[in-house]
Amino acid sequence: MKGGEAIIKSLTDQGVEVVFGYPGGVLLPLYDVLYDSDLKHILVRHEQCAAHAADGFARASGKVGVCIGTSGPGATNLITGIATAYMDSSPILAIAGQVATHLIGNDAFQEVDTIGITMPITKHNFQAMKAEEIPGMIKAGFYIAGTGRTGPVVLDLPKDVQEEEFDYDQAPDIDLPGYKPTKKGHPLQVKKAANLILNSKMPVILAGGGIILSNASDELLKFSKLVEAPVTTTLMGKGSFSEDDKFSLGMLGMHGRTVSNYIVDECDCLIAIGCRFSDRTTGLISEFARNAKIIHIDIDPAEIGKNVDIDVPIVGDAKNVLNNLIKIVSNKNNGNKSRNAWLNHVVKFKNNCEPNLLYSDSIPLKPQQVIKELYNAISDDTIITTDVGQNQMWMARYFSTRNPRKFISSGGLGTMGFGFPAAIGAKIAMPDNDVVAVCGDGGFLMVCQDLATIKEYDIPLVICVFDNRRLGMVSQWQRLFYNKRISYTQLGQSPDFVKLSESFGVNAERVEKPGEMELAVRNAIKSGQPYLIDVIIDADEVLPIVPPGCGLTEIVGEYKVEQKTPGEILYKKNKKEIGGA
Amino acid sequence: MDESRTHIISALILHKPGVLQRVAGLFTRRGFNIENITVGTSEQEHLARMTIIAKGDEKVLEQITKQLNKLIEVIKVRDLNPEITVKLELCLIKVHTANEKVRSEIIQYANIFSGRIIDVSPDTLTIAITGSPEKIESLIDLVRIFGIKEIARTGPTAISRGTKTM
Ligand SMILES: Cc1ncc(C[n+]2csc(CCOP(=O)(O)OP(=O)(O)O)c2C)c(N)n1
Repeated sequence: MKGGEAIIKSLTDQGVEVVFGYPGGVLLPLYDVLYDSDLKHILVRHEQCAAHAADGFARASGKVGVCIGTSGPGATNLITGIATAYMDSSPILAIAGQVATHLIGNDAFQEVDTIGITMPITKHNFQAMKAEEIPGMIKAGFYIAGTGRTGPVVLDLPKDVQEEEFDYDQAPDIDLPGYKPTKKGHPLQVKKAANLILNSKMPVILAGGGIILSNASDELLKFSKLVEAPVTTTLMGKGSFSEDDKFSLGMLGMHGRTVSNYIVDECDCLIAIGCRFSDRTTGLISEFARNAKIIHIDIDPAEIGKNVDIDVPIVGDAKNVLNNLIKIVSNKNNGNKSRNAWLNHVVKFKNNCEPNLLYSDSIPLKPQQVIKELYNAISDDTIITTDVGQNQMWMARYFSTRNPRKFISSGGLGTMGFGFPAAIGAKIAMPDNDVVAVCGDGGFLMVCQDLATIKEYDIPLVICVFDNRRLGMVSQWQRLFYNKRISYTQLGQSPDFVKLSESFGVNAERVEKPGEMELAVRNAIKSGQPYLIDVIIDADEVLPIVPPGCGLTEIVGEYKVEQKTPGEILYKKNKKEIGGA
Repeated sequence: MDESRTHIISALILHKPGVLQRVAGLFTRRGFNIENITVGTSEQEHLARMTIIAKGDEKVLEQITKQLNKLIEVIKVRDLNPEITVKLELCLIKVHTANEKVRSEIIQYANIFSGRIIDVSPDTLTIAITGSPEKIESLIDLVRIFGIKEIARTGPTAISRGTKTM
């Protein structure tokens, strides 16, 4: 068998049915095999989109996503997507073509040191120098990508290796003496944590992306009810706990909901699961959860104690540890430690600081209103992807996600251009779920060429462009922190997104008035075809923010929380305080 | 917690090309302050032993060992207890010998430090010395006045005393 055939066979053996890629010179042998292979190949229009699509595929399905790019520029175009997956622990296998082995090191045409470049942004990478290495590398690659703290793996594949003949019988057993992820939490530590939780008066759970990666949402729900703790999440943890639940506090952090930022400040025990305490989540570290003992459960030992000092560390898989905690706590629960007072306080506080702001009449449309209508138009198993910027944070803050793997967003790297291609991957992975990509006009333009892909393969997803004619998030920072000097964040002559879309053969419409969004989304989904909605929104709307270097309760752009009586909202006043456009 | 001291980290790594690059890259990327790294073969054919000398408080050291452990090709990592660890380095010093008197003086110094003269030329002597980095520093300081032409040091490698292995 040839190396190229071995790749396809190895991928198929791993259960891969579809790959996202873009060919090139050194990949000719591989693409020649793909020509009459059963493996489905989706030709994207930019390698970055192949990587994001593989990532979206992985996040939506929990399976390893696969992308392919040629040597040199193909490989470097994959980089942004690989780094995005790395920061969010998303399991993908990126196959990069390489010049023939005898040319490596000669600065050959389209040669780039892919192994060197991807070392810091992969969980691991391999270079196959002989065809016989391929089956073992792909098998190990899938194992590494998909277990422990999941993440991207790169396979560097020289041209001649794809053509080399060898005897392929069976992939060798995985032999990775240096890779043994810990699944089970240490029983003593788990017991310690259980005691701490039972003896606390005001516990809060902080759920991160690790809950979703470990498929531990059911356990999280059970555990939170058992210990009577409200749940806040990181951006990556959004969807791990239904945000429609009475005890959900929504997202925490720089753009977190007021209630979660305050309740975490107040709590006496923070149970953090599968999160890494990024600066966007914690705000000023010295102020973070200052009244709380912190329990940190994570599968990656290096995350524990990295940013925040931890009282009870537990290294282990979220699902496994939660199950053990549930066992111990249910045996000990003695009833007299009811947390009614705490929970009542939380719920009351939540209701007071999340008043129903009225945006329903506003033209131009307020993003909050658009999001409300979007929510009404979709079902709870619709997969939402977002891009990066205000659109993302509005969605994170105002859109209630009810199920895991239904909110997909680039958290750690904050990659503009992620939302749309990730939606392509999500739709391919989960064809029975509706998929909606929410993008900023800036971010969407970075990847709009892939409208050709969704048309070509008839991938019915809905793109909502939150069109504010500016790089909203950066512009907001300029307004808030740089003296309103709006430096190069006005997009000026924006394209007509409806016409742009139609030129690719993708149906599109513009939404400008209240009520139109809900209808447009419903129709778009019903059409069963790819669809773009250009939503003209108020460019001056300010997203509440905790300024960098501040504690989580120092939110600006939000109604004052001291005014706990409903209705006494100083939103407008505060907004002036931080300045309009 | 905050006490910063020099640590000796011993790591067993797969004997493969690229592993050193992974480790070195990790250190730069994470801003770890590494004083020295040595790599050589170990008691097992497919494994190399890496000795890393790093300064930092417990928290930094914990991160270094944990991040090292995350590398797939790193098999084992230990922060060695300095009190029961032998730390040795090899150093080659080429010294200028202006005249016979200087030459015999240098040979005497070398003897005191249990060094050996491994090469002689009309106007240089080369000393080989093994020992703790401090001992090597002392010899270097002593012969400096004669004019040092070249120094080559391996950097320290280390192993724990007694029957225990890592
Ligand atoms: C690839 C990339 N380049 C630059 C940035 C910095 N950045 C973050 S948000 C943002 C503005 C995004 O504008 P837009 O896509 O229109 O979304 P909005 O914030 O207006 O919703 C920029 C430039 C980034 N995150 N990613």
